[in-house]
Amino acid sequence: MGNRWVAPKRLLFSNSIKMDPQVIIIGAGIAGLTAAGALAEKGHHVLILEKEAQPGGHVAQWDRLFPSRRPGSEVLDHIRKIMDGRVEIKPGIRINGIIAHDQDFTVLTEEGTSYTGQALLIASGFRLFQAERKEEYGYGIYDNVITSAEVETVFKQGKKLLTSKGTLPQRVALIHCVGSRDEKVGNLYCSKVCCVTGVKQAIEIKEQLPQCEVFSFYMDMRMYDRHFEELYFEAQKQWGVQFIRGRLSECSEAPDQSLIIKTEDTLTGRPLRMIVDLVILLVGFVPEPETGKLVEMLGLSTGEDGFILPSDEHYNDNLTTVPGVFLAGAVKGPATISNTIADARAAALQIDSWLKTKP
Amino acid sequence: MINFNFFVLPFTLGLIYVFLAVGKSWYRWIAALPAIDKVKLTNGLKHPGKIAAALREIFLESLIHRKMWKQNPLLGYMHMSFALGWFLLIILGNIESRYYSGTHLNAPYYPIFLKFFIHDKLVLFFEVYSVPFLFRFFMDFLLIFILSGLVLAFLKRKQSKWFGMKKTTSHHFTDRVAITTLWLIFPMRLLAESYTAGYYGNGGGFMTQPLGNFLVSLTPLPSDFVAYTMWWCYSLVLGIFFVMLPYSRYMHIPTEILLIFFRHCGIQPKKWYSSFSETEVQSCSRCGVCLDDCPMIAAGIQDSQAVYFISGVRDRYVPEEISQKCLVCGRCQEVCPVGISTDSLRLIKRREITSGQASDFRYLTNGHSGKGDVVYFSGCMTHLTPTIILAMKGILTRAGIDFIHLDADGSVCCGRPLMIAGKDRQANELIEFNKTLIRQTQARMLVTSCPICYRVFREEYNLPIRIQHHSQFLLNLIKTGKIPLQGHFSKVAYHDPCDLGRGTKTYEAPRELIGKVADLVNVREEREKAHCCGGSLGMFEASNSQRNLMTKAALDILVENQPETIATSCPLCKKTLGRHASMAVKDIAELVYEAIPRE
Amino acid sequence: MKDFGFTVQLDHSIDYDAKDKRMMRYVLYHEPSLDWCIGCGSCTATCSAGQFTLFNIRMAHTLLRRGETEKLKQELKKCMFCGKCQLTCPRGVNLRNVLLRINRAIELFG
Repeated sequence: MGNRWVAPKRLLFSNSIKMDPQVIIIGAGIAGLTAAGALAEKGHHVLILEKEAQPGGHVAQWDRLFPSRRPGSEVLDHIRKIMDGRVEIKPGIRINGIIAHDQDFTVLTEEGTSYTGQALLIASGFRLFQAERKEEYGYGIYDNVITSAEVETVFKQGKKLLTSKGTLPQRVALIHCVGSRDEKVGNLYCSKVCCVTGVKQAIEIKEQLPQCEVFSFYMDMRMYDRHFEELYFEAQKQWGVQFIRGRLSECSEAPDQSLIIKTEDTLTGRPLRMIVDLVILLVGFVPEPETGKLVEMLGLSTGEDGFILPSDEHYNDNLTTVPGVFLAGAVKGPATISNTIADARAAALQIDSWLKTKP
Repeated sequence: MINFNFFVLPFTLGLIYVFLAVGKSWYRWIAALPAIDKVKLTNGLKHPGKIAAALREIFLESLIHRKMWKQNPLLGYMHMSFALGWFLLIILGNIESRYYSGTHLNAPYYPIFLKFFIHDKLVLFFEVYSVPFLFRFFMDFLLIFILSGLVLAFLKRKQSKWFGMKKTTSHHFTDRVAITTLWLIFPMRLLAESYTAGYYGNGGGFMTQPLGNFLVSLTPLPSDFVAYTMWWCYSLVLGIFFVMLPYSRYMHIPTEILLIFFRHCGIQPKKWYSSFSETEVQSCSRCGVCLDDCPMIAAGIQDSQAVYFISGVRDRYVPEEISQKCLVCGRCQEVCPVGISTDSLRLIKRREITSGQASDFRYLTNGHSGKGDVVYFSGCMTHLTPTIILAMKGILTRAGIDFIHLDADGSVCCGRPLMIAGKDRQANELIEFNKTLIRQTQARMLVTSCPICYRVFREEYNLPIRIQHHSQFLLNLIKTGKIPLQGHFSKVAYHDPCDLGRGTKTYEAPRELIGKVADLVNVREEREKAHCCGGSLGMFEASNSQRNLMTKAALDILVENQPETIATSCPLCKKTLGRHASMAVKDIAELVYEAIPRE
Repeated sequence: MKDFGFTVQLDHSIDYDAKDKRMMRYVLYHEPSLDWCIGCGSCTATCSAGQFTLFNIRMAHTLLRRGETEKLKQELKKCMFCGKCQLTCPRGVNLRNVLLRINRAIELFG
C-alpha cells in the first residue's frame, strides 16, 4: 500500500482529487490551513476535514490581531492564497472513528463516508472558555457582561461597542484570566494570549470611544513576546488605559443595569468597588471536547491541562506517540497566531520527511 | 451438696472484678452528671414508659443489632449471634441450673460450669421429650448459634468485603487480648462439655455428646484429665476476658446500656466534654461501620474517621489534624449502630483546641436595616452564586411579597463557620449582631438560601419569628398559589446538602418542590445517606485534590440515573458540584424561577 | 542633648533577617498550600470582614511571611471564618486552615 504514490508530483498539476490523499488534516483553522499549504507546496496531496461550515477557525471570527492590529482576514487570506486550488476542504464533517492499519489511517465520518491517508495531522485547535462557568462574574446573568470574543464580533461588524441599553459605555472593565490560571474551574495554565488581547482591545475601545474610561484588572501582565510590551506601553502612554492589579471576585448588577465589580486593589491593600457600564471577560483557551474523542480513538495522551502531549515537548513537538499522527497549533495548548503558523510549518516539514522515509 | 472446684476461681474472680469495675465506671459517670441531668435521670427512672422504651432499644440494638442488619445482613447476624446467643445461653443456663439444683440460690459459676457438676442423668431413648433432653438440645443449639457467629467474625478479619465493609478497624493490645479470649470462650466451652460428655458417656446434647465420644476415642491421654484441663481453660479465658473487658473495646457492652438509659431520660450532648460524652466514647464498639460510610474514604483519607477519632478521645490523645480532618457531614452519625453523636464529639474537641483564640468584631457597630414582612438572608456563599439571589428576588417580587434583602451588600457571617471550627464564643458575637439586625426589620419570617445559615438560625438564634430555608418557603408559595408555574424540567437528580438534610432533617420540602417543576429521578444514596459534596466548611485538613475526589464520588452517585440537571439547595454544594459536573447544576430556586412564565 | 538640627528616624524597612519566622514555618508546615499563593487578591476582594474593616487576608499572609507578627495578631482577630476566600482562591489555597493555623501559631509563638 505504501507504494501507491509513485509520482506524487503529478498532483501538483492535476486538480482532480479522485484518489486517496496522502495527508489528512483535521481542522481548517490557521494551523490546518498553513500546514496544508506547506505540504501542498511540497507536492503532497492533502485533505482537510473541518467540523464547521466555513474554514478559518477562530481567526475568521477575529477582527484585528495583536500586536500589529492588522486585520485577521489579511493573515487568513495570505494562508489561503498558498493552498487554494491545491487542497481539498470538506466542511461540516463529524468524525466517528479512526482506524489505523498498516501505517495508514482511515477516518470514518458520521455521514458514513471514509477517507484514507498515510499521515494524520491533528490541528483541531481549542475552544474558548465558557464564561458562564464563572458564575460570580455574571456572564449569562447580566446583559452588560460580555466576553472578548463578543467584542471582536462587534468590531468585525464595524459596529460601535454599546451597552445592552444601546448607550455608549462611559467606563469599561477588562477582566484578565477568566478561565485561566484558575484552579476553581480546573484550568491551572496561562492562556498566553488574553493579556495582550486585553491591551489590544483596551486600545481599540479608546480609539472608538475616546471619552470612555478603560480599566484593566490583572494578576500579572504577561507581555512576553516581541512588541507586546510596547503595546502595553502604548496603552498607558497614548490611550490612558488604567491598570489595577487585582483579580475580580464578584460582579453584581445595579438597578440601572450597570455593574458593580469587587476586587482588591492589591497595591493599596484595600478592597475596591467600582461601577462600570460594561465588563469584558478575557476568556482563555480550553481543550476542544471533540479533540478528546480523537485522543481516545488514536490512544494519544493528554497533559493534566487536557491538551494533547507531543512525544517530546522540546525536539519532537509535532510528533505524537503514534507514528504517522502529527500535531500542530493549539491542540497542544494556548498559542498565538504567529506561533501557530510557525508550528504548522514545522509540522508540515516533519510530515514531509516522514512520508519520504516511509517504505 | 457443695458444688465447688478450684477451676471456677478464675471465672468467679473475673466476674467479681468486671462487676466492680463496670459498677465503678457507671457510678463515676452518673455522679459526674450535671445536677439537671441527674434530675432527668431520676425522673426518667420513675417513668415506666421510658424504662420500657430503653429496654426495648437495648433489646433491639444491643442484642438483635437491628442497625447492623440494615447495614449488612451478614454483619447483623454475626453481631446478633454473639450478643443474643450469649444472652440466651446465660438465661437458659440459669433456668437449667435451677432445675438441677432445685434452688434459686446458685453460685454464679454454677450455671456456667453446670456440665462439670451435673453429668449423671441418663437420657434414654424414650425420654427424648424430657426436660433434661430439651435443656441439652437448646443449650447445644445456642452454642452452635454463637459458634457460627464466631466463624463469621473470623472470616470478617480475613474477608471484610463480604460484610459490605471495605475497611475494618485496627486494635490495641488490650483489645487483642480481649478479642483472643473472647473468641476462645465458646470453643473452650464446646471442648469442655464435649470431653465431659464423652468421658461419662452421657450428659451431652445432640452436638456435644457425639463430638465428645469422638474426641475421647481420639485422645491418648486420660479423658477425665483432658476434660478437667478444658474446664480450667474455659474458666481462665472467661476470667481473663472479664478482667480485660473494662480496658478493651468490649467495655462498650455495659456502657451502651447506660447510654441508652441516659438518652431515654432526655440527657443530651453538651458543648464541652462531659460524662455523657464519656459514655458515648466508651460505647463505641469500634465496629468500623462509620469507616465505610465516610465520604473521605473516596479521597483516600483513612485515619481520622469517627472510629479512630473516638479511639483517640478514649486514649486521651487526639492529634490536632485528626480533629480537623472531617467534613462534619454527619453521615457516620446516621449509620452508627450505637447512635453516638459523632459530630458533636468532634466539635467538643475542636472547641478545646480553638476556643481560646482571640477575635475582635468591634468593627460591627453601625448595623441598621429597613423594614419588611419577610427578611431574606442570602448568606455569604450565595454572593458567589448570584443566580440564586436573582431567582429568589425575582420570585419574591413576583409573589408580591414585602421583603427586605438583609445582606444585599454582603453578609455578616451567620456564625456557623466559626462554630464548626470550635469557636462558639466568637460566633456568638456575630449571632448577636445579626439578631439585632433581624429584629429591626420587624419581619414575621426569616428566609435564607444557605443551609449553613438555616441550621444555625434554628439552633442558636432563638428568634421569635418563623425561620425557613428557601425550599420550604418556595414550596409554600406554590401551594398557596402565589406563583404561577408553567415550565417543566425533565430528569432532575437532587443532592441533599448536609446541613439541610442530616443537619435539620429537611428532606421532603426540596423534593416536593422539585416535583412541582421537574421529574425527580432517584439517587441511590440520598437523604440520610447522601454524600457530602466535598466542599464542607467543616473540613480543614483536606487538600484540594482530596476534595475533588470526594466531589467526584458524590457526583458519580448523582448521575447514575442519567439526570439532565442536578439540583441542590445550597450555594456551596452548587459551586462545588458545578466544578466537576458534566451537566447543569442548579439551585432549586433557579428551577422554580425558570418555571415561572415571563410577564 | 545637643540639637543637631535633625532627628534620627527609626529605619522603617523590614529587616528580614531579624524577624521571627517560626510562625511562618509552623503554618507552612501544617498547610503547605499557602505556598501556592500568587497574591491576586480575590480573597480580600470577596472577604466578608473586609467590607467592614481594614482586614486583609492577602496582606495577613504577607505579614506572616515577613515575620511582622504583631500586626498580624491584631488583623487576624477580625476574620469571620465564613470561607468565601477559600471558595474564590484561584490557586486552591486551603485558606480556612491557614487562618486556623495562624491562630494556633499565635498561641504557640505569639
